[in-house]
Amino acid sequence: MAEVVLENISKSYGKVKAVDDISMTIPNGAFVVLLGPTGAGKTTTLRLISGLDKLDSGTVRIAGRDVGMETPAQRDVAMVFQQYSLYPHMTVQENLSFPLRSPILKTPEDEIARKVNEVAEILQIPQKLDNKATELSGGEMQRVSIGRALVRDPQIFLMDEPLSSLDAKLRADLRVELKRIQADLGSTLLYVTHDQVEAMTMATHIGVLENGRLVQYGTPRDIYENPGSVYVASRLGLPRINILPSELFGGDHKGPQIGLRPENIIEGEGRDARVVRAEHLGDQTRLHLDLNGHPVVTLIGIHQDYPAGKLIKIRPHNPLYFDASGARVN
Amino acid sequence: MSSFSVTEPSNRSKWIAGFLVIAYALITMIPLVWILLTGFKSPADAISYPPKMVFDPTLEGYVNLFTTRTRQTQEFLEANPPQNWADEIVRQYDMVIVGPSKFGERFMNSVIIGFGSTFLSIFLGTLAAYAFSRFKVPLKDDLLFFILSTRMMPPVAVAIPIFLMFRNLGLSDTHLGMILLYTGVNISLAVWLLKGFIDEIPREYEEAALIDGYTRFQAFYKVVLPQAATGIASTAIFCLIFAWNEYAFAVLLTSANAQTAPPFIPTIIGIGGLDWPAVAAGATIFLIPVMIFTILMRKHLLRGITFGAVRK
Repeated sequence: MAEVVLENISKSYGKVKAVDDISMTIPNGAFVVLLGPTGAGKTTTLRLISGLDKLDSGTVRIAGRDVGMETPAQRDVAMVFQQYSLYPHMTVQENLSFPLRSPILKTPEDEIARKVNEVAEILQIPQKLDNKATELSGGEMQRVSIGRALVRDPQIFLMDEPLSSLDAKLRADLRVELKRIQADLGSTLLYVTHDQVEAMTMATHIGVLENGRLVQYGTPRDIYENPGSVYVASRLGLPRINILPSELFGGDHKGPQIGLRPENIIEGEGRDARVVRAEHLGDQTRLHLDLNGHPVVTLIGIHQDYPAGKLIKIRPHNPLYFDASGARVN
Repeated sequence: MSSFSVTEPSNRSKWIAGFLVIAYALITMIPLVWILLTGFKSPADAISYPPKMVFDPTLEGYVNLFTTRTRQTQEFLEANPPQNWADEIVRQYDMVIVGPSKFGERFMNSVIIGFGSTFLSIFLGTLAAYAFSRFKVPLKDDLLFFILSTRMMPPVAVAIPIFLMFRNLGLSDTHLGMILLYTGVNISLAVWLLKGFIDEIPREYEEAALIDGYTRFQAFYKVVLPQAATGIASTAIFCLIFAWNEYAFAVLLTSANAQTAPPFIPTIIGIGGLDWPAVAAGATIFLIPVMIFTILMRKHLLRGITFGAVRK
């Protein structure tokens, strides 16, 4: 396990800047989540750290060592690919043993058997060990590909949306399990996702990427409560933050745009808003409102119901303000 | 409703398709069956008209193929009774077996040169195809076109320069010379076919192996090669069939030492009259190695493209 430091790393594919001057420190034992939409540079960042792609400029340090000229094998990183990438001509057992048998690790056979069985138990696939990799369901393949990383004890785990194709229950189970493993082993982990629940629940640090740039890096709480821009604020929170013109609520305001999460909306006084519909999701009830032609989504008590067309009053409470370009105004 | 369906052929079209396939198979089998039967006929039966489908089978053709024989006087034949069943067969023409023919040797030459050049074509072709498929090779497209362009003329068009080169390099009538020549002709086919197959194998597998602690070559060997087995098997069959059947260069460049079976078989006909059964026997035996090789490779051909464990 080690600290990983990125210093001004950049990478272009043709004219597209996939990663644009990113600097960040992944502390030893941290669980860092990179959050951002498709094309923000999350996967490229992982590939640059692993050595699968060469840096255009900048430095990657693993445990203080500049690894720019090293092969992926020399860097001693483990990676879970979004596309599973299980070896199709091998059984699950052979897939899981493959990294341990590498010329670099050369693990004794009895230890391979022990580690493979242990990981198979954690991932709930012990009965699948003798199956060919091609005979598994999508969820099982994804678990094997996570397992192929977990059998090792690398400097850093790199995971590219490892839970994305699992069903909801398994995803919730593995989320807890991954976090437990990481905390138990004190592993350093860099995790790419666009699922904010994964980001909020597992991360010790979140990095938000936008068009190849790291726009904010901090603890989940910090990113949620003090977003630096509309873009970052929109990454976290369900339902999403409502971005509205500030003058809708009159009075004095610090910036032209106001950002309201459900907890920033107080009902019962203020401006008139018309109920469009109430959505009962079971664990929460979302209320869709129309405020002078602007859609607003907020939360109400789960057993409350508002008929469409009803007029209610709302006002902001500790809102966030942004300037015209989307940057935060304090 | 119309009876046309894009997913399921009608019964009638299935019947027609089945009939056509069977008819085609039968027609293509006729020469093979003819050769097989002729090998077991007597010389008289072999040339009778109309062709005999029912005849007394004899191993005369095979005996003549594998032996050299001389005509002897009656006194000699009476003094030396036949040693074995093969001797007995040739006695009916007042002949005795004096030794083996050259066929065994020529056949072994074919095996060495055919399989040797196939192995070399596949070995070099796989490495080249992998490099073209995965790496940034300078002038890649031009190189690939150049490799393909070597097949744009019939190989025999360069027979004379090759003949002269071989003579100067001491490669004429050697196994090595013929292996190099057939490899040279086959390698362009091998590179192009194998590149197509390797292009189909997702890079993610090698990337996973690189991360798992293996070198590029180990990843190639342990991860890419097993998945390219289908392509390698079918390419090997093409290469072997070309090298095995090649006639023109074999006539031109080989004689006493490295002569292969194709130029040898027709020469049997001149020994002691028109010996069609011996020629047919030679052709039958000549077919067997390619048949066995194809059957062995069939497992890989049929396994086909695995639906891999990479999510698309």
